[in-house]
Formats: sequence, structure tokens, C-alpha cells
Amino acid sequence: MARRRTRDSGAALAEVAGNGLLDRRIFLKSGIVLLGATSGAAVARPGGGTEPPATPPGMKVPGAGMTGYGSRAKYEEHVQRMIRSQPGTTGSGAARTPLERLNGMITPNGLHFERSHNGAPDIDPAQHRLLIHGMVKRPLIFTVDALLQYPMMSRIHFLECAGNSQFNYAPAPVQATCGFINGLVSCAEWTGVKLSILLEEAGVDPAATWILAEGADAAAMSRSIPMAKAMDDAFLALYQNGERLRPENGYPVRLFLPGYEGNMSVKWLRRLKVSTVPTMTKDETSRYTDLQADGKALMFTFPMDVKSVMTSPAPALRMNGPGLYEISGIAWSGHGTIRAVEVSADGGRSWGEAALSAPVLPRAVTRFRTAWRWSGAPSVLKSRATDDTGRVQPTRDQVIAEHGNNVVFHYNGIQAWLVEANGEVKNVYA
Amino acid sequence: MSTPNGLILPVVFFAVAGCTATAATPVQGSNLGRAATPTEVAGWDISIGPDGKGLPPGSGTPAKGANVYVQKCQACHGEKGAGTPNDRLVGGQGTLASQTPVKTIGSYWPYATTVFDYVRRAMPYAQPLSLTDDEVYAVTAYLLYQNGIIGERDVIDAKTLPAVKMPNRDNFIPMYPPKR
Repeated sequence: MARRRTRDSGAALAEVAGNGLLDRRIFLKSGIVLLGATSGAAVARPGGGTEPPATPPGMKVPGAGMTGYGSRAKYEEHVQRMIRSQPGTTGSGAARTPLERLNGMITPNGLHFERSHNGAPDIDPAQHRLLIHGMVKRPLIFTVDALLQYPMMSRIHFLECAGNSQFNYAPAPVQATCGFINGLVSCAEWTGVKLSILLEEAGVDPAATWILAEGADAAAMSRSIPMAKAMDDAFLALYQNGERLRPENGYPVRLFLPGYEGNMSVKWLRRLKVSTVPTMTKDETSRYTDLQADGKALMFTFPMDVKSVMTSPAPALRMNGPGLYEISGIAWSGHGTIRAVEVSADGGRSWGEAALSAPVLPRAVTRFRTAWRWSGAPSVLKSRATDDTGRVQPTRDQVIAEHGNNVVFHYNGIQAWLVEANGEVKNVYA
Repeated sequence: MSTPNGLILPVVFFAVAGCTATAATPVQGSNLGRAATPTEVAGWDISIGPDGKGLPPGSGTPAKGANVYVQKCQACHGEKGAGTPNDRLVGGQGTLASQTPVKTIGSYWPYATTVFDYVRRAMPYAQPLSLTDDEVYAVTAYLLYQNGIIGERDVIDAKTLPAVKMPNRDNFIPMYPPKR
């Protein structure tokens, strides 16, 4: 929210790049107050006619009673996922995280994005089973209670749908909110059982190279998983941000493959079949393959590449006039840890490094922030992430030159926002 | 209950009740799965590999599949797989390198076995797993025929389906395992 008590300490706020981009160390200085792009009307100035009374009503009566399961403030209920489903369906599509309404690195469970192929099944955990079979010495069936008795591991990881940001492949920029364009990414702390423990108990044949994972939903959604990933960092998630999984995110148990395209982290996991070949399911052949300009298609493009997006300023948020602003956003890489995020306020001619908010974790969303003195003139903002493998987020032109416009999936080009003189923010290709 | 301790007692009570209700079991460590019988595995395993392994007995023809299609599929996928309101299933061959690629079973899908596997597990959308194996074979045959991939009188079964070579089969480039 905007705080208009702007106090500029002159030389301390040295520009590090063109068009007013400031040193990220501004956050170390006390007394610097930044404006923020906001979703509502401009915030009232102190002393104005709308000042609340000295004694607000809530100080004169007992407050609301305690509740068994908390819910957010009623004033925040407008913050919603944005839903699109196939014609004639309610559960075949996606619900996108409203990135521009959130802050920090963790996505609250109720706003974590959802991509489902035929709705979220109603699964009684007492009736759910996980079967491990195929090239194993001992085919095994696990109850959910059994899985809950294994030693647990916790990891903070992003999950990104392969189709996130696909609108930016379109020939003309789609005008929508940041979350609608880029909100098929979320980040949570996931807790569960390391998959290699269960595979070893089943006695996996050393010759096996793939595992088919299948969900207990009405699409029986299935994907082939490399055995190497399964034995490396894959796990069965049972908890999401401390509580048991939400139904739309796979309750009672989902596969989780850190850094890989979200579709492979199969929800409502019921079956793992060990084999030497990929099963060539619908989703790994006709769906999540990447059609190139020459008509060939890349398949098994598993990791989500290095990427960032500014969540403020961003479309759907308005600027509150010239002044000092915080630029804030998220960055992530399926290949490793975010090493740096650079921000440009002059359309990419010059860049300044943003501050990264701790913790900065592998295959997790990293929050970045920096400061910008907006003159009020139209300006193009960009952010560019680099990970610890040295991968640098490409420009949109580079993505299109390499892969064409028909890909649909794995878009990770630099997102540009145009801040217009009237304070509106738009999606642009620049 | 006038002593300060009186406030603490109910809290202790709730904590104990909570533990007994949810059984805070100690970590067992390992080997908590039970052996699955061959019958159980057979009942669960519905996946069909590209080699056709797992295909059930039964068969179907395009003519029989036309009836299934009209009754169970056409409302969503249009007449003869032309699409609208949902995915188009027929046509589009030769469009993949254009500015407006049309991805259908005929133009894009690399394996015919995937059609059987997917239709059986996930279609019709409102009644998945409701078709008989013969119906799935038949509607698979119908869709392959409409795409010009098999003949009008061809029979699709566990032997003939994996032998069907899809037109776009050789245009997929696997990115895993990574090239050394």
C-alpha cells in the first residue's frame, strides 16, 4: 500500500541504472518510505478528511471469538484465484495465483495455483492406496496411514505449470493481470516421504529407467518419470505449508519432483509402475510437448528454466503519481538457486541489481526488491534472473528465435511492463 | 477454580484428548507396505505402453466406433472429430510448421496406443472408465479411420493397434535422457 510520507535523502539514493533505478541498499537506510502501486484508490493523506477516529470501534467492544480453523480478513476476500476451464467443464483447466496481490516467497494454500484435468476427486484417506509395481522384487501397497509413519522431510519448492506465461507467445501482448499471465507458479513448504525409500523397499530392478505415475482422479492423469529423478530428490508430499494437502493439490498424497514441470508432480497419487520405457501417455505426447517452428516437437522437456516476473508494479495495480517506488517480484529456476535478479527501468538499456530476500533456496521462489524513482514519464520495467548454474533468463525475442511461437509451454522470456503516464501498467513486448 | 492453576487444567485436558484421537504414532521407519497380489496389480494396472503391452482382449472397427462416437463423444468433440466446443481430434496434417498449427490425433499424436489408453482411462469426460474394451477399440478405430490412418474395414485389437504407425511419429525429439 502506498505511504505518501516520501522522504528523499538525496545523495544516498544514487541511481544505479537509467530512468531512476536506485541502489538496492536503499532498504538498509532508515526513514526511506517508498510508494507502492496499489489496487484501489489513492490512500488518504494523514490529516485529511477521511482520518479514522482516535478510538476505533474495535477498541470499545470485545472482538470476535476464537475459531477452530482460521480464515482471512473479510476485507481480503476479493483476493481470488482466476479460473478458466474447458467449455462445458468446471474442473478441466487452471486456477491462477493472483501474484500481484501477494508478497514474500510462500503462496498461501488457498491461493496456490491449480491445474486439473477432470476436477479434484473427493478421496477418503482411509480408502486410498498407493501401489508400487512393475520391475520390482516386491510389489507393495501402502495406506496413507503407513506413509504418514515414515520419517518426513520438508522442502520449500516452487511448482510451475509447463504452460505458465503461454500468453506471451501470442503475436500481440495479452492485456491481463500479472497473475493471469504468470500465475501458474506458486511456492510452498512441502513435507513428505522420500520416494527412494519406498522404491528401495520394493526392490527396484537396477535395469529400470522410468516410472509411470498415475493419479486417482477422473482423468487418471499419468506421466512417465525418469528413475534418476525418482531416486534423487523426488518425494511423496503429504503436507503443504504445514497442513495436509488441499484437495485441489493432491490430497491425500501427491508426487513432488522439484524443479520439473508441474504436470509431472502427479496429484492424488495411486500407482507407480517401474519400467524401462516411457509409457507415452497422452500428457507426455500430445499435450506437454513443445512444437517448434519447423514442425518438430521437443518431448520430455522436464526442468522449468530460470525466470522472474515483477509483481509490483504490475498490471491491475495503479501508480500513485511520481515518487519513490518499491519494485518487487519473484524469481525461480528449476535448475538450481537464484543467484541474481537485475531490474531495468529504461526498457533494458541499463540494469541494476535487486536485493534478494532471505532465504534464497534451490528450486524455490525468491523474492526480490529494489527501488525506483518514477518521474511520471512512460517507462518500461523489466527483470532478469540468473541462477547458480549460470543460466540467464532470455529475452522474449531470444525465446521466439529459438523455439518459435507455437510452443505453448516452457515460456521463460523476460516480462516487460509499461508504466504509462496515467499510472496504468500494461503488458508489452519491448 | 479460583486459583491461577484453574486456568491451566482445561488446556491440559484438551491436549491429552487430541493425542489419543489422532494417535501420534512413533516413526516406524520402514517396510510399512504390504505385498500386492498379482490379481490386485492386474486390476489396478490400466496403462498401455507404446509396444501394446497391457492391451486387453477385444476388438473394434470404424463402423462400430462411429456409433460409440456419436453417442459418447460428438457432443464435446464435434461431428467426425471436427472439434468444438472441445478439442479437435481429426485433420490438421501438414499444418504443424505453419503459423496456425492444428494438433489432432492424426496430425500430432505419435502413438496409436495412447488413443486407447487415454480414451479408456479418461473419456467420456462425464463418465470415465464407463466404456467396454470393445467400445474403446471401436472408437479408437473410428478416430484413426477419420484421420486417414487406417482403412474403413480394418479391425483394431491388441495386435493391430501397436502396429499402426502414426504420421507424426518421427517428428518428436526426446530431450531426456540428456545427450552426453
